Amino acid sequence: MIRVRDLSVTIGDVPILRDIDLDLSPGLITGLVGESGSGKSMTALALMRLLPARARVQGRITLDRTDLTAMPERQMCRIRGRRISMIFQEPMTALNPLMTIGDQVAEVLRIHHDLDRAAALQRARERLDRVGLPAPRFPLTLFPHQLSGGQRQRVAIALAIAERPDLLIADEPTTALDVTTQAPILDLLRDLVRDEGMALLLITHDLAVVAGLADRVVVMKSGRIVEADRTEALFRTQSHPYTRDLFAASRHAPARATPRRDDAPLLSIREARRDYRLPGGGSLTAVDDVTLTIGRGESVGLVGESGCGKSTLTRAILGLDPLQAGQIRLDGQTIRAGHRMPPALRAQMQVVFQDPFDSFNPRWRVARLIAEPFHLTGRPPDWRDRVATVLSQVGLAPADADKYIHEFSGGQRQRIAIARALIIRPRLIVLDEAVSALDVRVRAQVLDLLADLRISHGLSYLFISHDLGVVRGVTDRVLVMEKGRIVEDGPAQQVIDRPDHPATRRLVAAMPRIPQDWTTGSYVPKYPRG
Amino acid sequence: MAMTGPTARHFTVLSCGVSVRSMLRYLLHRVISLGLGLVAASVLIFAVVTLVPGDPASFMLGTGAQPETVAALRQQMGLDQPWPLRYLTWVGALLQGDFGQSLTYKTPVAGMIRDRMQVSLPLALMALVLAAAVAFPVGLFAASRRGRAGDVAVMGGTQLGIALPNFWFAMLLVLIFAVKLRWLPAGGFAGWGDPVAALKSLILPAIALALPQAAILARVLRSALIEQQGQDYIRTARAKGLSAGQTLRRHALRNAMIPVLTIMGMQFSFLLAGAIIIENVFYLPGLGRLIFQAISQRDLIVVQSAVLVLVAAVIAVTFLVDLAYAAIDPRLRQR
Repeated sequence: MIRVRDLSVTIGDVPILRDIDLDLSPGLITGLVGESGSGKSMTALALMRLLPARARVQGRITLDRTDLTAMPERQMCRIRGRRISMIFQEPMTALNPLMTIGDQVAEVLRIHHDLDRAAALQRARERLDRVGLPAPRFPLTLFPHQLSGGQRQRVAIALAIAERPDLLIADEPTTALDVTTQAPILDLLRDLVRDEGMALLLITHDLAVVAGLADRVVVMKSGRIVEADRTEALFRTQSHPYTRDLFAASRHAPARATPRRDDAPLLSIREARRDYRLPGGGSLTAVDDVTLTIGRGESVGLVGESGCGKSTLTRAILGLDPLQAGQIRLDGQTIRAGHRMPPALRAQMQVVFQDPFDSFNPRWRVARLIAEPFHLTGRPPDWRDRVATVLSQVGLAPADADKYIHEFSGGQRQRIAIARALIIRPRLIVLDEAVSALDVRVRAQVLDLLADLRISHGLSYLFISHDLGVVRGVTDRVLVMEKGRIVEDGPAQQVIDRPDHPATRRLVAAMPRIPQDWTTGSYVPKYPRG
Repeated sequence: MAMTGPTARHFTVLSCGVSVRSMLRYLLHRVISLGLGLVAASVLIFAVVTLVPGDPASFMLGTGAQPETVAALRQQMGLDQPWPLRYLTWVGALLQGDFGQSLTYKTPVAGMIRDRMQVSLPLALMALVLAAAVAFPVGLFAASRRGRAGDVAVMGGTQLGIALPNFWFAMLLVLIFAVKLRWLPAGGFAGWGDPVAALKSLILPAIALALPQAAILARVLRSALIEQQGQDYIRTARAKGLSAGQTLRRHALRNAMIPVLTIMGMQFSFLLAGAIIIENVFYLPGLGRLIFQAISQRDLIVVQSAVLVLVAAVIAVTFLVDLAYAAIDPRLRQR
């Protein structure tokens, strides 16, 4: 049993956490939700005593009546990994790339016990079997790069549970995974809690994940807990205004535009094909005989598991990789397989990526960042005015043109990315997981902005996302991709509500959701709240 | 766990049999590029020495030479023959260990280079080992105390180590250990007939050479370690229960080795021929001095052969560094 009382953390003069009270009991899952910067991860790091060196901690964290905040670091090392352990968001980088998975799991056992390597490896084998990486398909000698994201997250879980800890902290454990990988990982966590009697602190921004998994939910805002209750009760009552805000934003669907149906399509792709040679011989057909159209003013969703060919298809549409067969027809002009796309045509399409920060040069001012696409069309003399115009169109001030990108928040950066896409007045914007990294409330604002721009600029969107809920809310039509092929194509709500193809059904089934009746009707709490 | 199409396909590609094959392919690639590098280097050196404007024979003999002497040398060097034939003759002889005759000393160049290598190679190795022996603990220490007094002291000290002229440091060493304490000889090299004496005469020059290299290496290691400490897998290691120091030594160090090895490879190449000042201070008959003398005596045959040997050494070191990369990083073995 872990008890947190009056936990406050400050870094410098900035308060990070204020008066956090939390009880984490064996066999129970506590969901910790809130937006980025609300203090979720800091709470986890405080429990692990892995806060930045400058952080000052007040209050108590007790594990079996021992106060962890007062414990010497040497003793704390005996707690970490043995009594309290943690898994992190990014499985691709969470493991040491130079060590075999067997050694990484065995290391935990060897730190805490006087085990020789062979004995530790034998127990590592058991733990890897437990998390769904059985021998002989997953030998201990594999390196992390030989595994997929979901498999790596399983290794991270195996080393976190190797010592059967009292508390497992999972910080956004499935955020970087696609839906069909997410579901079995969440099931694994649930089973582990049940079988091993651990407490699980599940940190996530995804309310639907919490709804399906947590026994209790704690909502954080600006370093404070604003609401905490049993999951169903919290979802039904939503007594704090911030909780209501979060819920509303998470299911926000912006106003729709009706696409013009009479015209010839803006973009049509016929029998597109793209192969890749694999390391070690063989080839992979990433895009296999794909035919699709996007109408003028239409918003089309593209969904599928990772590795299904979405990214390759997108790169081909954007003219970044030529096709090996088939053709792309954009605005009446045809690009055949193997040919480069002329810049004037390329300028008809722009793209907005997931991570707003990584797609900007940090040493350029915003004006120069936004004006970058002009290299396709030539920079007009009034380019500064046009930068000011698009900045206002995306809800920023013209004066922001002179700032640098680090001066903006995540949502603002994504607005700047949209401004950059708009500046050369394209016909089609590819939104490649463009809202996936944003908090729900910011996401709602950006989706509204995109909906407005679509009407005012007559834009078409190709909206790529792993979040089917968002896709259902913002697109007119959905394309489902599997193994390089489009396997389903139809109106968004129909495809997602009544999926036809097995691949679509798998995606829809894996999608975490909040039970319909939890958010409608009134709920009378059965237990006193605490 | 159900594996879906692309993942399953991905996995078979990476199964163990293939990884051995790709390791062999990696080796083969490195060996081929080693061979190509040697051929390219020999062509380039040949071209620079014999095809550039002016006649090598008259260049070597100077402006005051008799035409008959020049003609004789031209014939001796085979300059009257077409250049492809000359190149092949030169390479053919090289392959048999015949580097030609030095114009100045009238002795086979191969023997001269071999003698000098007996000084330069151990000297460079000793200096590099010393540099690494100092740099690793210092770099680890500084990285573990990033921004604190220990780190600041190391950064200041290494800055000084890089800035100090090594001949000055060499003279300081001579004054202390040779003149004052009389522990080690002040200079000269009597050959490997007496290995202890030979090693003793190389210690001070190796220390003098190692100082700036140790300082550079320590700084490279420190920054590589600090970069690694920001990585996610370090956080995972801390969450396992490793202390900060254990995390640094067991996880960060190996990941930081790629830039460190790159620098060490470059340092070795530099130490082999770039020790000329130190060789002069300690009167050591090393490769650097040989090349310097050959250039000032316009002995192109010696210059050409010595440069080729050095380039070959650099290429060989690069090859070894590539192998070390692959030994450290499993991802490279599978390219």
